[in-house]
Order: sequence, then C-alpha cells, then structure tokens
Amino acid sequence: MSWLGIFVHRLRAMVMKRKLDRELEEEISSHLEMQIEEHERQGMSPEEARFAALRKFGGVEQVKEKYRQRRSLPVVETTFQDLRYAARMLKKNPLFAAIAIFTLALGIGANTAIFSVVNAVLLRPLRYPNAERIVAIEELNEKGTRVQVTPANFLDWRAESTSFEHLAAILARTANLSAADESERINLAMTSANFFQVFGLQPQMGRFFLPDEERAGHDAVAVLSYGLWQRHFGGDPSLVGQSIMLDGQAYTVVGIAPAGFQYPDRTEVWIPPYQLVPTLGPQMDIQRARGFGFLSAVALLKPGVSVKQSHDEMTAITARLRQQYPETNNKRFDRVVSLQTYLVGESSMALMLLLGAVTLLLLIACANVANLLLSRAAARHKEIAIRLALGATRLRLVRQLLVESVLLGLLSGMVGLLLGWWGVDLMRKLLPVDFPRAQDIGVDLRVLGFTLLVSLTTGIVFGLVPALQSTNPDVNESLKESVRGSTASRSRNRVRSLLIVSEVALSLVLLIGAGLLFRSFLRLQAVELGFRPQNLLTFRLTPSGANFREDPQYINFYSQVAERLRTLPGVDSVGMINTLPLIKGPTTGFRVEGRPVLTQDKWPGVNYRNVSPDYFRAVNAPVLKGRSFDAHDNESAPLVVLVNQSLARRDFADEDPVGKKINFGGTRPDGQPIWFEIVGVVADVRSLELNAEPTPEIYTSYMQDPFAGMSFVVRSQVEPESLTPAVREAVRQVDREQPVAEVRRMEQIVSEAAAQPRFNSLLLGIFASIALLLAAAGIYGVMSYMVTQRTHEIGVRMALGAQTLDVLRLVVGQCLRLTLVGLALGLVCAFALTRVMTTLLYGVKPTDPWTFASGALLLSVVALLSCYLPARRATKVDPLVALRYE
Amino acid sequence: MEQNKNEVLPGTLNLMILKTLDTLGTLHGYGIARRIEQISGDLLQLNQGTIYPALLYLEQRRLVSCKWGVSDNNRRAKYYSITRKGRKQLAAEIDNWRQTSAIMIRFLEHPEGGL
Repeated sequence: MSWLGIFVHRLRAMVMKRKLDRELEEEISSHLEMQIEEHERQGMSPEEARFAALRKFGGVEQVKEKYRQRRSLPVVETTFQDLRYAARMLKKNPLFAAIAIFTLALGIGANTAIFSVVNAVLLRPLRYPNAERIVAIEELNEKGTRVQVTPANFLDWRAESTSFEHLAAILARTANLSAADESERINLAMTSANFFQVFGLQPQMGRFFLPDEERAGHDAVAVLSYGLWQRHFGGDPSLVGQSIMLDGQAYTVVGIAPAGFQYPDRTEVWIPPYQLVPTLGPQMDIQRARGFGFLSAVALLKPGVSVKQSHDEMTAITARLRQQYPETNNKRFDRVVSLQTYLVGESSMALMLLLGAVTLLLLIACANVANLLLSRAAARHKEIAIRLALGATRLRLVRQLLVESVLLGLLSGMVGLLLGWWGVDLMRKLLPVDFPRAQDIGVDLRVLGFTLLVSLTTGIVFGLVPALQSTNPDVNESLKESVRGSTASRSRNRVRSLLIVSEVALSLVLLIGAGLLFRSFLRLQAVELGFRPQNLLTFRLTPSGANFREDPQYINFYSQVAERLRTLPGVDSVGMINTLPLIKGPTTGFRVEGRPVLTQDKWPGVNYRNVSPDYFRAVNAPVLKGRSFDAHDNESAPLVVLVNQSLARRDFADEDPVGKKINFGGTRPDGQPIWFEIVGVVADVRSLELNAEPTPEIYTSYMQDPFAGMSFVVRSQVEPESLTPAVREAVRQVDREQPVAEVRRMEQIVSEAAAQPRFNSLLLGIFASIALLLAAAGIYGVMSYMVTQRTHEIGVRMALGAQTLDVLRLVVGQCLRLTLVGLALGLVCAFALTRVMTTLLYGVKPTDPWTFASGALLLSVVALLSCYLPARRATKVDPLVALRYE
Repeated sequence: MEQNKNEVLPGTLNLMILKTLDTLGTLHGYGIARRIEQISGDLLQLNQGTIYPALLYLEQRRLVSCKWGVSDNNRRAKYYSITRKGRKQLAAEIDNWRQTSAIMIRFLEHPEGGL
C-alpha cells in the first residue's frame, strides 16, 4: 500500500517537523557551499560565486515551502494551527467561552443521560447467547391486552408449531426457602425442561433439567441461581446433589445457573412445572384448564426463521384453537415478539419521548450559542473582512471558524459528559422500581461515542450559520458597514430573529409537553382511591410446609396472626386481602341466579378478591348497602359475597343486588351450582391501576374460601414502619417457619403506581425549565445586541422628540413580534407533536387548550421579562452621546 | 541564448534523478544536480533547488533511500541512492519514455501528420 506508506512518512515528518526543518536547512546550505566552492575554483570572486550559486539554485524559500508542503500533511497542519488559534480566542474571552460551554453542556449532558437509558433498555441486546433468536409468545385478549397463557394452549402450540427450536413455558411465583434458622421468600420459576436451552446457557455447575423431569412422578429437582448459591450457601460446590427445602418440600439441587441469569424477574430457583401445579402432567384434565391462564412462553426461533414468520404460523394455530374451543378461546389471540420488545413493553414510548425532548433542548442550546457566536463574529467583522479582501478564500475562513465551534462543541461535550454521568446516577434513582433492565443503565462505550458524535455535530450545527454569515464575501458591503457601525446588516439580523423565533417555538413545544404530563400526573394524584393509604402498613404471608394442607389450617394461621397484631400498641384494625389494591390480581366470571344461562365465555368478568371481615374498616372503604362480613361468615355458614358499586351498577342496574345469588362456575358433587348470596355493596376502590376507572369487583370471605397467600393491612396510630419488628415477632410467635414478605407502607404502593408518570413529568419538567431559561437568556442577548446596534437610531428619535414610552414600545414591540411568531410556530408544532403522547396522558387531552394557553402565556411573560433590561437601557440613551457615538 | 534553454518537462526530473543515481551510485543532492546539468549540457535550464522536493517525492515512495554522510571536502551532506524498487520503476519509465518519444517522432515526422 504505497499511499499508506506515504501517509506514514508524512505523518512522521509532521511529528519531527523541527528536526527535519533543520536538516533541510543544512542540506541546502551544504549544496550552496559546494556550488560556491566550485565557482571559486573557476575563478569567481566570493561575492560573485555566492550570487551565481543562489541564481542557479532558484528561490531558496520557494523550494523550502514546496518541500515542506510535500513533506507533511498541510490540511492537518493548518487544522492544528486553527485549533491553537481557536484555543487562544477562547482564552481571550473566558466569559463567552464559559457561557457557551455551559449552555451546550446542559444540552449534551441531558442527551447523554437519556441516551444511556435508551442504550441500556432499547439498544443493547439482551445478554444471552441466543439473544437475537429468543422470542416471547404473548396471549392477548380481545382488547389487545396481554393475558397469561393457558397450559392447554401452550401444549397445543408446542405440538403444532414448527418455527421454534424450543418452546418453553414459565410460571413465575414465590416460595419459602427454609434454612436452619430463617426462611426467606424467594422468586421461583416453574419451567418446562427445555427452558435453559431457549437461552442457550451452560450450567455453572451440575446440569439443567432432563426432558423426563417435566413429567409427573419424577423426583423433585431444582436449579439454583448463582446469586442464591453464593449468598445462601456460600458457593459450596457440594450443594449439587444435596437437597433444599422449598415450601416445606425437599428438592434435589441438580445444577447452578451461570452468574447473572435470573430470568424471569430475579428468579432464584427454577423447578420443573408438575411438582407444584401438576398441570403439565398427563393425568391432569387439560381441557378444563384451557380457560385459565397462568403461564408465560418464551421460544428459540429455528435458525433462518423470522419473528414475522413465526408470528404468522402462531396466528394460524390460535385461529384454529378459537374455532375448536370457542367457549374458552374465542377471546384469545397471540403475538410473537422478540424477547427484548416483550421485556421493554410500554416503557419505550416514554423513552422516545424523553429522547425527543432532549434533542429539542440541545437545539435550543445550539440556537443560543449560535447567537452568541454571531455577536462575537460582529466584533471580529473587520478582521474577517480584511482577510477576505487580502485574498483568503472563504472556504479557509469558514474552516477556521468551524474549527473554533467544533472545539467549543468538544469542550462542552466533556463538561456535558460529566453532567451526563451525574444525570445517569440521578436517573437510576428516579426510575420506577419495575422499569425494565434498569440495572443495566450506565455509561458505556456506545454512550461515550454518542456523546462525542453529538458534541461534534453540535459544534458544526451552531457554528455553520455564523461562519457562513460572517464570511459573506460581499467585502464591499462589510467594509462599508464596519465604518458606519449604525445600520446592521439586514440579513444578519434576520438570522438572529430566526434563531429567536425557533428558540421560542421549541421551548413552547417542550413546555406544553411537560405541562400535559404534569397535568395528568396531578390528575393521577387527585384520583379518588376509594381507600385511605395513610398510616397503613402492609405485608404478605404465604404460609407453606407440612402444616398447610387443608383450608382450616390456613384460616387458623391467618386468624391467629391477625389476633396478635390487633393487640399490638398503636394498632387500630387489621385486615387481609388476597391482592392489595393497585396490584393486579385474579379475575373470574359469574352468572346470576334466575337469569338466562349463557355459555361461560359470555359471563361478565369481575376482579375476584378474598378478604377478612375487618378489611374494609382497615382501609376505610365504606359499606354502602347491606352488611359487611362478620365472624359468623365461616365454613359452616351460607356462602356470601360482597360486590362493589361498579358491579351493582353494571349488573343490577335498577335492582337491589343485596339478596341476589351468583355462581362462579363451581358445582357441588351432585352437579348443582354453588351459589353465593350477595349481602352488601361496598364503595369502589381503584384496585388495578391508578389510571384505570374502578371495575366490577366481588369479595368473598377468607373463612369460606381461603387463599394460599394473603396481604395484611394494619391501620395504626403510629408511624406504620415502626410496627415492622413487632409484626415480624407476632408472626414468628404463631409459626416461626413462615417468612414475612413485602413489608411496605400502603402509601408507598400508591406512589409506586404513579412512578412512571411522575418520572416522565419530572424529567420533562426539568428539561422544559432549562429550555425556558435558555430561551430567556437568548432573548435577552439578542435584544441587548439590537439595542446597542440601534443606539444611534434611538438617539435620533429622542432628539426628534420621541418619549420614553415610544422607545419602550420600539424595543418591546420588536421583542413581542419575534415572540409571537415563535409562539404561533410553537403552537402549531405542539399541536402536531403532542398526539404521540396520548398513551402517556391521563385525564388530559393531548391538545388540552388550558395547557397550550398557559404554556404560551408563561413564555410570553418570560420573553417580556427578558427584554425588560435591554428596553430600559434603550430609554436611558442620551441623544447627545448617541449622536456623537460615531 | 535563453530561448534555446528548455524548461524541465513535468515528471522528467524524477526520471533523470533515478537514472543519475542508477549510473553513479550514491550521490548527494548537489552531485545529482551537477550531473544532470553536465549531461544535458546547456540545453536544459534547471533550478537546482527543485531537485529537493523531487528527491522527497522519490523518498516517500521508497524509490530512493538516503542517509547522512561526509563529502570529499569534509562537509556533512545527505547522500541518496537508488533502491531496488527504484530500479524497477526506472526500467519501466525508460521503456515508457522510449515508446512515447518514438510515437511522437513518428507522428511529427510523418508526411501527413504534424503541422
């Protein structure tokens, strides 16, 4: 490669410039000496000899120049020159440099921080060997909402599909892991035997499941996460082959998963599925379970099969299943997506929004700095005009100015990176707890590359307009102008005005976006919860072990714990429920006695909740009609339920629900349906999500149908968390084997339910505030500059009799004109853009006029305030001084 | 007479330098310049200085190599010699040049060609 050789040669020459210069000098002078000697030998006088030698040689300096140009890399050398010059210019104007760098650094830092999240969540591939071939198969209801996969459907998928190398089912739940002194509540996943093959993993130790181990009757085996093995068993290699106790049952550890693998969601132990829920075993009546979903499915695509192809195949399969089993499947659809998409879910929307917001912010910062550069270019106007007049090419000057702005951009990038680093830390703290892949967020090479790219681009973006502008080759006009000084170039002012207009427009878009998110967050906060979360401590008990085989054992345990808690000092009341409000729980369908019998898939759906009599008192949800449960509603009493207002409204529009009987599909051994009598109506509670209206709900009594896990709510007069030790002790006294899990204040649960909206509105609020500040600074700068430029004109006007008010009107009028154009443009853009936010809003339309109007108003006020100082300065112009100014 | 002195044709200086080094072996810049002047007699007007950028050009392409040495009259000077690659290049260029000049001569001397 000869060009490479030449390049290396030239590069070397550039580095060793001084030495080579000396050598060239020496070579030429020795050449001349030799010629002179020769001439002298021919009889010339020394003087003559010297002149003749020089004449023969040609221009020494020209030769050197040509030699040097050929020797090294002129483009690089001049760039270095420009860089040195640029650095000197920045050092000469430290205030300018500081303001520009800080402004840009804000924009770049915000971009770095948001991009690091986008990078970790959306861009970085999952860290599994087979990552790009792993897909998730979702089961959807008719509204397109994700529901859980039913085992029967899963088995049909597995039997009929051909797109997948492995198709695995997962049932995620929790279990008590008991060791000698303490038990711990851990995340457990029951998986089909091929689960680990989907991910392409090799065990850290031992082995994964054998195909036979997913069938009923096989020995109980388990695979442990690396973390649990280290934490709980000290990384003891002899653990493989030994047994551990899960929910009071022994499991033989057959392998340890590789470090870091915890799919799904911080799983600590994997076991084959039949052992706790024998659904996948052959003896189970699978068809009955077709309508009851509790699985999720992941699969490994065969090489060469695309997500789309597998999706099409699955769609055909589920369509056939819908036909074959209309009762259970007519509302079940499916979708195949990459595992990454599946995990990220709806968070990507918010992230893209934030990325858009920081881009706007950076553009605003660029506009500001471009304005600064324009003002400074005005100061250097003469220098540039003279250089142009002396024959410098425009390209050369533009290049020099661009080198300056790129240097600024890079410096800002460095500061921005620091800000971003800090921002990333902040983001990790602010992100909702359940934000997907949050633990991966950090500054990696890609983020660094992104920041570098942004800095470079930024430097060119904000530098190009001023550079082109100030090297306008109309030398004549420029020279004239620099003499007159009073009338500024029209085109240059047009550029400034344009920058201000766009800055105002961009800020308004950000402001409106933030306003919409903030309004919907406020709406969420003001939502009628239907219960009082203050002073409520919650925790969860999921008793397990040999003592928990029959319903009465559960009832007994729960009652005893509740009894003990009630006697604790500071405790008002104690209730329990199978799933707490704002946490998704089981649903079911029902029919009403005496009404026409429909097929089961047409039964109205309800949330199914199981509570203790004191629950409603503890959470402060009033019973509106009939009665609440009491201690008599036990196993031997008639079955009773409570319904909520929504259900009463939907299913008993003009009837009194109290006294009606309903059935959930259960039958007695004699084939008769099991009837529950409605004994009361309870006020609505937001039981699923903050931003979802309450839906119909029924409550059964825990003494008639106890759940295997219950959440306790303890209403106290004291700080709820101060009760934690006493609560743990009370549970220990009842049964020391059972761990207390998920101890939280109810307020915390409410707050976590609003975490994503809070995060969105907080971040966008921060960005909008910065944008507002930058816009204010930009307007101030431009107006000040214009006032300075028009000092002469203002002086003339005042001399001719203009009053203070006229002058004010002149300046403020100009500012207002620009602002109004910007606002109009911003409103149009916002109108077009806020549509994409629809899914992130609650209770506010994306075109909410109130938000639009107040955003515009706020920005106008800020604009007026920012032009106040320049305007006042204009009124203080002394006509005499101004006229003498030239 | 000035008019009879020819400017150095573009590209030919490199060839002359290579040929000189090929014939005389290692030589300093002054020696090369003098040799070219001597061979071409008074037909060529050479600015001696121009051989230095040309030498650099050849050096960058590794057609010549150079090192510092001491001249006959005890003066430090940079000595150039042709490399193997340089010889190959020289042979190729000589062929090329012969062909070109043969074509030009035939063209110019042809009764229907030329002016």
